[in-house]
Amino acid sequence: MTASAHPTIQSVIARYAGDATRLMDILIDIQEALGCLTHETTAAIAKELKVPQVTVEQTVSFYHFFAREPRGAFVVYLNNSVVAQFHGGEEVATAFEAAAGCRFGEVSADGVVGLFHTACIGMSDQEPAALINGQVFPSLTPDKARALVAGMRAGRTLEDLKGRDYGDGQNAHPLVRALVHNHIRRRGLTVFADYHPGEALAKVTGLSSGEVIAEIKLASVRGRGGAGFPTGMKWEFARRAAGETKYIFCNADEGEPGTFKDRVILTERPQMVFEGMAMAAYAVGAQQGILYVRNEYHYLRDYLEDVLAEMRAQHLLGEAICGVAGFTFDISIQYGAGAYVCGEESALIESAEGKRGEPRDRPPFPVEKGYLQKPTVVNNVETLCSAVQVMLKGPHWYNRLGTEQSKGTKVLCVSGDCERPGIYEVEWGFSVNDILALAGATAVQAVQVGGPSGACIGPEEFERVLAYEDLATGGSFIVIGPQRDLLKDVVLNFTRFFRAESCGSCVPCRALTGMAQVVLERIIDGKGTAEDVERLPSWQAIMRYNRCGLGQTALNPITSTINNFRSLYDGRLARGNPRFVPSFDLAAAVQDYEAAVGAGKD
Amino acid sequence: MASFVRITLDDRVYLAEEGAQLVAAAKECGVYIPTLCNYPGIPPKGACRICTVLVNGIPHTACTTKVVEDMNVVTTTPELEAFRTSIVEILLAEGNHFCPICERSGNCELQALAYRYRVPVSSFPYLFPTRDVEAWHPKLIKDHNRCIQCKRCIRGIHNAKGQAIFAFGKRGDKVVINIDRETSRDISDELAQQAMDICPVGAILRKGKGFDTPIGRRTYDHAPIGSEVAP
Ligand SMILES: Cc1cc2nc3c(=O)[nH]c(=O)nc-3n(C[C@H](O)[C@H](O)[C@H](O)COP(=O)(O)O)c2cc1C
Ligand code: SF4
Ligand code: SF4
Ligand code: FES
Repeated sequence: MTASAHPTIQSVIARYAGDATRLMDILIDIQEALGCLTHETTAAIAKELKVPQVTVEQTVSFYHFFAREPRGAFVVYLNNSVVAQFHGGEEVATAFEAAAGCRFGEVSADGVVGLFHTACIGMSDQEPAALINGQVFPSLTPDKARALVAGMRAGRTLEDLKGRDYGDGQNAHPLVRALVHNHIRRRGLTVFADYHPGEALAKVTGLSSGEVIAEIKLASVRGRGGAGFPTGMKWEFARRAAGETKYIFCNADEGEPGTFKDRVILTERPQMVFEGMAMAAYAVGAQQGILYVRNEYHYLRDYLEDVLAEMRAQHLLGEAICGVAGFTFDISIQYGAGAYVCGEESALIESAEGKRGEPRDRPPFPVEKGYLQKPTVVNNVETLCSAVQVMLKGPHWYNRLGTEQSKGTKVLCVSGDCERPGIYEVEWGFSVNDILALAGATAVQAVQVGGPSGACIGPEEFERVLAYEDLATGGSFIVIGPQRDLLKDVVLNFTRFFRAESCGSCVPCRALTGMAQVVLERIIDGKGTAEDVERLPSWQAIMRYNRCGLGQTALNPITSTINNFRSLYDGRLARGNPRFVPSFDLAAAVQDYEAAVGAGKD
Repeated sequence: MASFVRITLDDRVYLAEEGAQLVAAAKECGVYIPTLCNYPGIPPKGACRICTVLVNGIPHTACTTKVVEDMNVVTTTPELEAFRTSIVEILLAEGNHFCPICERSGNCELQALAYRYRVPVSSFPYLFPTRDVEAWHPKLIKDHNRCIQCKRCIRGIHNAKGQAIFAFGKRGDKVVINIDRETSRDISDELAQQAMDICPVGAILRKGKGFDTPIGRRTYDHAPIGSEVAP
């Protein structure tokens, strides 16, 4: 660390008033200024914040995007998710390596290009994609990769490399200027319906907080983040929780591979999300909101800040919202730094407090003790949008959409082997076949519904419907064509993902993910035994006692494919024989030796 | 004033202190719930999961659960016992545990649980990870091979100024315990001993200490772990 780094560190920390709970912001800003966070840098940060260095290191070393040494003038994070690999991710990676003259995980000798892999970046509808110095470069090809590296070496700027071929909708907004496309293929009646900011809040502020919660309950809005918890009940708990200070969090961590709806909602409907947060604040009695956004969507920062400023100017945020004295609520944005588990609500809160994203033991639940130990509501981006439409159009209207136990619409993220990947907002109750038809998927081996933590189903189950009571999904819907090696291209990739993303706290989650990977690799290599295939599902009984959903579902890719695609496993066992059980043939093993020493003859 | 409430442990009714930690309350009642990452007097962290019990039919870690009136707790079922055995086996296969050469042998909670659950060898794939032994500290040795990441040292050991000495580094199966060079600089021999004692295994050692207790007089030489609670 150079001497000139010190003033930077001091000024950044001063910006956050030396508050150690703002460590994530501090680290992100310092890394932006200095390029990386070395051991010397964390020592200086620790000193300034008056906390032990190991505590700072504990946070820094948890997150994937914090660099411990320089990662190059241009840092390429190439996605290596299942969908990226389907669409030629490997060839793009090879082209990057050849052009840069270094391997992934390294920086080129001239220090210009650093190549790194990263998990799903929320661009499954336009893969392979990479983040380069925070900007998204979607739909890459080997040619594009070579041209990008040549441009970097020729001294071109990031803006220049990006070009002006901006995506549709607000992706072309002057504050966004992203190459990203929305690919909204079907606008439904909730999130992507007509919307005018402020109408819902105007209505809400005419009601009591109890009445607002009653409407949300009557509509049976359930969480869209995956768990499906009734939203009205959550707000009610937080409203009843003791204390004056309360928080509303919007969860935009969106890390489940194959999911990208929150990115599109934040691009096209940010006002609706913020309005939903303000509504929740009114219902619960909260004063402060935090939008927690994954680092991959950092390119939306200036735009989202601008939307917030505009809403303050319109009295939809800030003091006396909609002219109601005493209704004060404002929103700030918290960025993550690359950790899937931070999407789990209590890990999200820990992260927002500047710590490693380790889920908390529950109870207490966030609605009782959340951010800074105060009652906190955590809702998904889409949940908040649904709540806005319920308040505008009424619970009875909402109840007419969907199925018995799943009301309203769901925004699906369709990707993989289909003609039209993208966003489909449908009413709950569409079947898998319906979605496949909409997306133009004709030859299908399997569909991964709900991401890696969901289920992998085959054609005999394609009449099943998307609903909390049947196939629940947070949105991810990955189509897997017949040309794919399901075990190697999909199951192994997902298993590696969970292994890398475990926070490491619970014994089964930390250790069994790696052990499962070892066994799976053995099977894929043709060295597995029937016993291996039997015992992998039995580990599920151990995993269910993990603390959070990550560990509880981390073996789902394996167990659901053993259930539904058993023959793929059996066909790969050693000697191709599903009954093969390993036993040690002593005579065969020592045959050479016996021949050499002439033993066993008499 | 502590108030006592009725709770049911394995179909028997007891009086227990409301709000007390379930592990401790069960112990008072003479019911043993195995623990590994729990340590009396420091905040619990449900990390090892071995204390998992059924509270009103739902699995909860007993170290992080508080006593409430009328709770119905099942502390042992064949599935729970199989799960606990698996935890011990997984830990043995995850790190590098060579009991015969370990300073902690005979006083080690993991080894004692392995005896209790009759685990001579793990049935899980041994990972044989490459891990360091750190000896730079003037008073402490950190043998990462034996660390089970229970966080007892992180939660329980602070210097004279109340500052943390230990913390996690990294995540997933790469997590390590780091020792802070500054805050651990001037620790007393007593604190070094406390750090060694709070560690359930032989991952924190005091320099110049080890194999103090002869075989035959070590904690678990005569009776299995848990027998101090329920013989
Ligand atoms: C490993 C893990 C990752 C998660 N990731 C997300 C996420 O990215 N976004 C989200 O909204 N919920 C995520 N969740 C669910 C949250 O814990 C929480 O249930 C949700 O944010 C609550 O909002 P809702 O009720 O509106 O769905 C995740 C859960 C787990 C266990
Ligand atoms: S289940 Fe896995 S990710 Fe969740 S708390 Fe446990 S170790 Fe961490
Ligand atoms: S060093 Fe010991 S006390 Fe600390 S986490 Fe490792 S096993 Fe637990
Ligand atoms: S003793 Fe309760 S989880 Fe470890």
